[in-house]
Amino acid sequence: MTAVAAGPVRRRKYRSVTRRNGAGWVFIAPAVVLLVVFLVVPVLMALWVSFSDWRGRGSPLAAGVSFVGFKNYSTLLLGGGLTTADLGTSLRNNFYYVLFVVPVQTVLSLVLAFLVNRRMLRGKGFFRTAYYFPSVTSSVAITVLWLFLFTSTGAINGVLGWVGWHGPNWFSEPSGLIHLLLGKLGVQQPPGPLANHGFVGISWWEWLAGPSVAMTAFILMAVFTTSGTFMLLFLAALQSIPADVDEAAMMDGATAFQRFRRITVPMLRPTIFTVVTLGLIGCWQVFDQIYTGTQGGPGKTTLTPAFLSYQSAFNEQKWGSGAAVAFILFVIIVVFTVLQRLVLRERDTVPRRKRFVRGEGGTR
Amino acid sequence: MSATTTASPTTTTPRRTVTERRRPHRAGTIAVYVVLVVIAVAYIYPFLIQVVTSFKTDAEAQQNALSLFPRTWTTAAYQKLFGSSDFPLWFRNSLIVTVCVTAGRVFVDSLAGYALSRLRFFGRSVAFAALVAVMAVPGVVLLIPKFLVINQLGIYNSFVGLIVPLIADAAGIFIMKNFFESIPASVEEAARIDGAGTFRLWWSIVLPMATPALITITILAFQGSWNELSHFIVASSDARLFTLTKGVAQLASGGLGSGTQYPLKLAAAAIMTIPVAVLFFVFQRRIMGTGAGAVKE
Repeated sequence: MTAVAAGPVRRRKYRSVTRRNGAGWVFIAPAVVLLVVFLVVPVLMALWVSFSDWRGRGSPLAAGVSFVGFKNYSTLLLGGGLTTADLGTSLRNNFYYVLFVVPVQTVLSLVLAFLVNRRMLRGKGFFRTAYYFPSVTSSVAITVLWLFLFTSTGAINGVLGWVGWHGPNWFSEPSGLIHLLLGKLGVQQPPGPLANHGFVGISWWEWLAGPSVAMTAFILMAVFTTSGTFMLLFLAALQSIPADVDEAAMMDGATAFQRFRRITVPMLRPTIFTVVTLGLIGCWQVFDQIYTGTQGGPGKTTLTPAFLSYQSAFNEQKWGSGAAVAFILFVIIVVFTVLQRLVLRERDTVPRRKRFVRGEGGTR
Repeated sequence: MSATTTASPTTTTPRRTVTERRRPHRAGTIAVYVVLVVIAVAYIYPFLIQVVTSFKTDAEAQQNALSLFPRTWTTAAYQKLFGSSDFPLWFRNSLIVTVCVTAGRVFVDSLAGYALSRLRFFGRSVAFAALVAVMAVPGVVLLIPKFLVINQLGIYNSFVGLIVPLIADAAGIFIMKNFFESIPASVEEAARIDGAGTFRLWWSIVLPMATPALITITILAFQGSWNELSHFIVASSDARLFTLTKGVAQLASGGLGSGTQYPLKLAAAAIMTIPVAVLFFVFQRRIMGTGAGAVKE
């Protein structure tokens, strides 16, 4: 009896598992095919191109294309020629871009979220909409607007004129902010050691130029367009913080700033982490704005690795070099993300350990 | 002044009277409003300038960049855009690409997300791990690679080449998977016991329940593909396949004749912002509402 009964039941179970098995693959097949064909295969092909001497004619997988090892990479990083200088310049430009944009956008979006999260605030919806709206527009449209706002007779210089400051023609001004500042302090000529030694094809003096005036306009644009998105992330996190913690602190007489500094910010640490990571990854990939606005100029001071990669491949037919730049950029993004993880994690563990020690001492 | 004088005794006296507590609060509130309004003006004014300047003459755009009231209103920029440029063609192309990509992503993402969260099959965990790995590849690294594959497949300079690669969207699959995991499986199990096949189940039970997540995918896909630029640059060179982003980017670098032509460029930028702005205002509550809900769903 039992054996007869168990047979069909087990078989039915088995059949339903195979059907689900089949359906699972059918359901996921379109996604897998798309991701493999347009993400995995391309990356592998580009990796091959970065190790080859392909010049853009025919297929990179054809017989005539040969393997050149690390030649493209070594020309870029150690060659010392114009290619190396371009890479160094683009890395410097993008480094300052990251250095200014990431902290400013993180702090600004946090402050905005904190301000519009007040319970008694009127016009909450209006303020949130106003701050978020730049984030939905395309980078091309914003760049066109920015080119107009930052002309020599543009709106920005108009506003600066109110306080008696004659602004430059922003997008055609190649001098770096730090160089300008040093110039004001009387340092016109670079000190010998800085001028004679360098890194990735450009001198240390060039590395210390700071973001050019043109790049500064792009930095302001990035802050303008991303702070709304990150404000929403912070808002979501703020709303998940239980109100009683804040109220308890308020009863204890903590001021608004103390509560923000000692309660809100520590509880937002995971979100801050997310925002900084997303900011870093996004900032190292600036492309659309440069393509639309300046094409790397003036004086290559808005050249970024992403645009350099595009330019050397599509305009100069140096595909191996272009692909190599893309992978160098990939490594940089990974390194920065990991570094930031380490830095933020360390800060997180130290106070906890101290607290533990103190607690133990108290029980004794 | 009064705020500071009343604030200092409150910190020393343990019990505060009602008036003492409110006064610094009110001063703080006013300060907050001032800050909020100033920032809001800084965020909105550029867009007002954009719209107003598109109705100015070239000369006035140069002379009076800050003014919101043109001395002479003119629709010359719009006439030129729609009468004697490829702008309508770009708009049409952008629309075609965006609608196809959005529909494709909704379909592919919901299928894959459902499979990853509900269906047991061999290789599921590997597929999921691969998905996460793919999500980590920064998009800009893919510029040259995408061109190589599109060229190899012979879909360079075609709508297929513009649309299909953009449907590949790991993040959307991830959102759908998380959504399906957040809703109970009991309804589906009941339907399954009643004899519904997997596809029937997905189409008539699962998809209707997943509407909130599908709207999220639609918003992200529409906005993403409407604003996309770099993919279109590497996937085509034919002027008949220009999208708005590509066309306006070319316009920005002086594509249409002489002079700075800022009213023309700003008119183009303003029009290309309208569809995403409409989408944003229609789904505003979903995007902004309670931020937590938007992320968790």
